[in-house]
Amino acid sequence: MTNQNSITKMSINDKIFETAIYLLSIIVFIAVLYPLYFIVVASISDPGLVVTGKVWFLPKGINSKGYMKVFEDMRIWNGYLNTIAYTIAGTLVNLCVTMPAAYALSRKDFGLRNILMIFFVITMFFSGGLIPTYMLIQKLGMVDTFSVMVIPFSLNVFYLILARTFFASSIPNELRDAASVDGCSTTRFFFRIVIPLSKPIIAVIALYCAVGYWNEFFRALIYLRDDKKFPLQIILMDILVRNHVTVTAGGDLADLERIKISAIIKYALIIVSTVPIMCVYPFIQKYFTKGVMIGSIKG
Amino acid sequence: MSQNAISRQKRSYLLRTPSVKFFQDLFQNYELLLFVLPAVLVVFIFNYLPMYGIQIAFKDFTPANGINGSPWVGLKHFARFFSLYNCFPIIYNTLALSLYSLALNFPTPIILALILNQIRKERFKRLIQTVTYMPHFISTVVIAGMLLVFLSPETGMYGQLCQLIGIKPQNILGDSSQFRSIYVLSDIWQHTGWNSIIYLAALSSIDLNLYEAAAIDGANKWKRMIHIDIPSIVPTAVILLILSAGNILNVGFDKVYLLQNSLNLSTSEVLTTYVYKIGIQSAQYSFSAAVNLFNTIVNFVVLVIVNKISSSFSETSLW
Repeated sequence: MTNQNSITKMSINDKIFETAIYLLSIIVFIAVLYPLYFIVVASISDPGLVVTGKVWFLPKGINSKGYMKVFEDMRIWNGYLNTIAYTIAGTLVNLCVTMPAAYALSRKDFGLRNILMIFFVITMFFSGGLIPTYMLIQKLGMVDTFSVMVIPFSLNVFYLILARTFFASSIPNELRDAASVDGCSTTRFFFRIVIPLSKPIIAVIALYCAVGYWNEFFRALIYLRDDKKFPLQIILMDILVRNHVTVTAGGDLADLERIKISAIIKYALIIVSTVPIMCVYPFIQKYFTKGVMIGSIKG
Repeated sequence: MSQNAISRQKRSYLLRTPSVKFFQDLFQNYELLLFVLPAVLVVFIFNYLPMYGIQIAFKDFTPANGINGSPWVGLKHFARFFSLYNCFPIIYNTLALSLYSLALNFPTPIILALILNQIRKERFKRLIQTVTYMPHFISTVVIAGMLLVFLSPETGMYGQLCQLIGIKPQNILGDSSQFRSIYVLSDIWQHTGWNSIIYLAALSSIDLNLYEAAAIDGANKWKRMIHIDIPSIVPTAVILLILSAGNILNVGFDKVYLLQNSLNLSTSEVLTTYVYKIGIQSAQYSFSAAVNLFNTIVNFVVLVIVNKISSSFSETSLW
């Protein structure tokens, strides 16, 4: 900031203020990071030491018992694979539905533009509610199918507005005029020119969608019955919240041992289920924030 | 006679022109029509068709009779809901949780954004941003799991801390008086960083000359923050406040449901979880749809009222 350089002398008040700002931000930093850090530490520590409060900052008695138990559990593997399938399929369907629609709605010469925009935006405020939606999905025979996790609600109006705003502001009309003079059809123009020019916004929306599908819990809870189709989040609910830990090491374990093992499984499971998002997060963070910015221009 | 016919023809031609042009444009742009078609279909089927089913709130729906064949019963289900012993506790719980959440979740991102905006060391600022945005991407199920693990009185961090200080740890997860605090404070931990982005964007668009002028006039940093930073984010804050007011009875289902147990039910039963229980679990479709519709209507009314208030006090309004 240039204005800071022009003021060479800092008053006492400003110094106190500055110190307070840094202190506060460090407190916020620690408060947010510590729980996450603790889970990592606890997941690789000795279960006995974790549950008796001996582990606070550094891992003690490093071992991989928790992770071994997690990887032994077939439910978790199965849930993981299901979640990956739902995430990939869902994100693709979402993009295929959202992008062309957003492009059409960004074109000023598209007659239905305003009517359709109202048609979409209304759904942000009104919905049929849980039961009528459930009845419809049941009637369509989609309950307990792969498609129920992918196709319904594959258009998110927020992403639609995001993409439309991007197209409207970054695809110049002259480009389209030039292309149409050369006899390029709208479809061709969209795939050959618009899409390659819109990689950032596609990345943003794909990532938003992927995180959404990865974390999707409610839809699975309502519409899925068969435990072979359950995504990871339902398995997580079962283990982390409902406490249904399968300790396969044998039935003759003492109660305390059971508690220890189930605690360590939980820490390891939290890591295993969150790692994919946390790994890509630093790289995609700037795209995510960019998405919020574009969305805020015309919210 | 013939003149009349001509003029009528003329008139109808004139009347038809805009619509003819409209259809010509549409035909020329039929590709664009195909572009929006999938989106329109998906939204029509999954968002608009269920609206037709809302009528079951006024009927005695049975799957055998179908939506159209079931008899109308007027406001019977609404009357039944309002006469239930737990009707007002549920509405109160929903409102209390939502207002508590709004009271803390609304100001914290503003404060964080104001703090971050003051940090001049770019790398330090980016580090704090990276860390505070991170929890936003953790799933609700994992957040609930973390709370259960941490707050366990025997094996969790909370239990160990209590023992260190020498207090007997309570089962706060099963304590109905603690439920709201656990819910709201963990929300703050998870979303404050992410929610501050939009305010940071507003702050970054402030003209730097303003600060300089203020500094020359002798305003210290605190005063500059109060008189420049805060007024510049008020419009953003008002819009966000209106939007969250419209969700006043829409307490997120997932987290409440996951943190709910038989011990804290007296404060943790809210409208969304109740609708789920009576609708999906007990299959009382009509009754559940009625409660759901009540929820939607209240939300919409609150949104309209708050927007009205806001637009009469300031320039900021949704529409």
